[in-house]
Amino acid sequence: MECLIGIQGQDFIMLATDSVSARSIVKMKTDHDKMFQLSDKLLMAVSGESGDTVQFSEYIAKNIQLYKMRNGYELSPHAAANFTRRNMADALRSQRPKFVNLLIAGIDEDGPSLYFLDYLASIIKVPFAIHGYGAMFTLSIMDRYYKPGMTKDEAFQLLQRCITEIQKRFLVDQPQFKVRVVSKSGVEDLGFAKPTPQVDS
Amino acid sequence: MSMRSYCGVQVCIDRSRSVIPTVDLTEQVLPKLVCAGNIPGSILAYNGAAIMAMKGKECVAIAADRRFGVQAQTVSMEFDKVFEMGPHLYIGLPGLATDVQTVAQRLRFRLNLYELRENRRIKPKTFMSMVSNLLYERRFGPYFVEPVIAGLDPKTFEPYVASMDLIGCPMETEDFVVSGTCSEQMYGMCESLWEPDLGPDDLFETISQALMNAFDRDAVSGWGAVVYIIEKDKVTKKLLKTRMD
Repeated sequence: MECLIGIQGQDFIMLATDSVSARSIVKMKTDHDKMFQLSDKLLMAVSGESGDTVQFSEYIAKNIQLYKMRNGYELSPHAAANFTRRNMADALRSQRPKFVNLLIAGIDEDGPSLYFLDYLASIIKVPFAIHGYGAMFTLSIMDRYYKPGMTKDEAFQLLQRCITEIQKRFLVDQPQFKVRVVSKSGVEDLGFAKPTPQVDS
Repeated sequence: MSMRSYCGVQVCIDRSRSVIPTVDLTEQVLPKLVCAGNIPGSILAYNGAAIMAMKGKECVAIAADRRFGVQAQTVSMEFDKVFEMGPHLYIGLPGLATDVQTVAQRLRFRLNLYELRENRRIKPKTFMSMVSNLLYERRFGPYFVEPVIAGLDPKTFEPYVASMDLIGCPMETEDFVVSGTCSEQMYGMCESLWEPDLGPDDLFETISQALMNAFDRDAVSGWGAVVYIIEKDKVTKKLLKTRMD
């Protein structure tokens, strides 16, 4: 039921996550933050089993910080994503796998990059990505309206289309999405995005 | 009592008894062993893939589709399943995407160690044994990949193609090998298009047509393709534009 959305733009990555914290059929909280900052210009959106999401994300975040302290330079987004993948892949064949789906967004000298990781630890670099049931409604919107080199406003408009469609067609209510942007200047919080109100509702 | 796990199915063998254990392998266990890549629902068909390799005259070719999906949902059309393992040596890994990446990385590591220790390039046949060995180490909890290997011998430039199953049982052939979610279609196309002693250009045409017409009849593979033509003095990589439906 959770939904993570990532869009690569001109010189930034926009990440959005739904903000519902649910147990069973009960909505416990509607302003839950599902993003973790791994370093200055590295942001990770996480969905999956509730214990694993926090435990695993913090483990990765702290190890990336440790690497920076030990070596005096940071892991690139590519390296950080592959470090995360290897951790998940090793866990996959252990007694207790990590059940988390991730989007990792980062920026370095080579520009912005967005990585899609599923709970099986497959990694792929993508221009846009959606995790969860939301993908069924929004991947087609992305295919139609995404174009490379979008500005922040354009990306936000595309995101708005996506979450409006999710709100309109998906059975499960997702009232607002937390939005953040990773760019050269770091991580910027754009607050919550709400679906555009429908005429007939 | 020893426990064996074969592809997730636990088989109990009681060694304390003197009689032969009464586990009926054919009826009870085998129907559950959904291990072939071409069976929908199998973990090998989770992400979808189609890979083939062909021998030509003093050249070999390996071709793969580029789709990465989660069952029926396509996530990306730029996923690499063919990996360079040397100037004349390539491996294609169809199967579960996470294991495609893990196996490719593990193989690269072992190959680097081999070439450092031996101080020479690996022969395709030796590399095939290395892959087989890596897969058989995980005999009872396998990596879900069914590799295809194509290459030229580093000294004699003899063409070589081989494939194997997910636990490393190798198969070397004199013509072509196929592996992936549409292996029947690929076999059909290869059987009808391939002929001996094709030159590099004809081999490219043959393998491209064989692959494209095979995966166009498969829902979980396709969406673009890549072809490598490996010759003595050059390797040509070509990206194919294919049907995107």
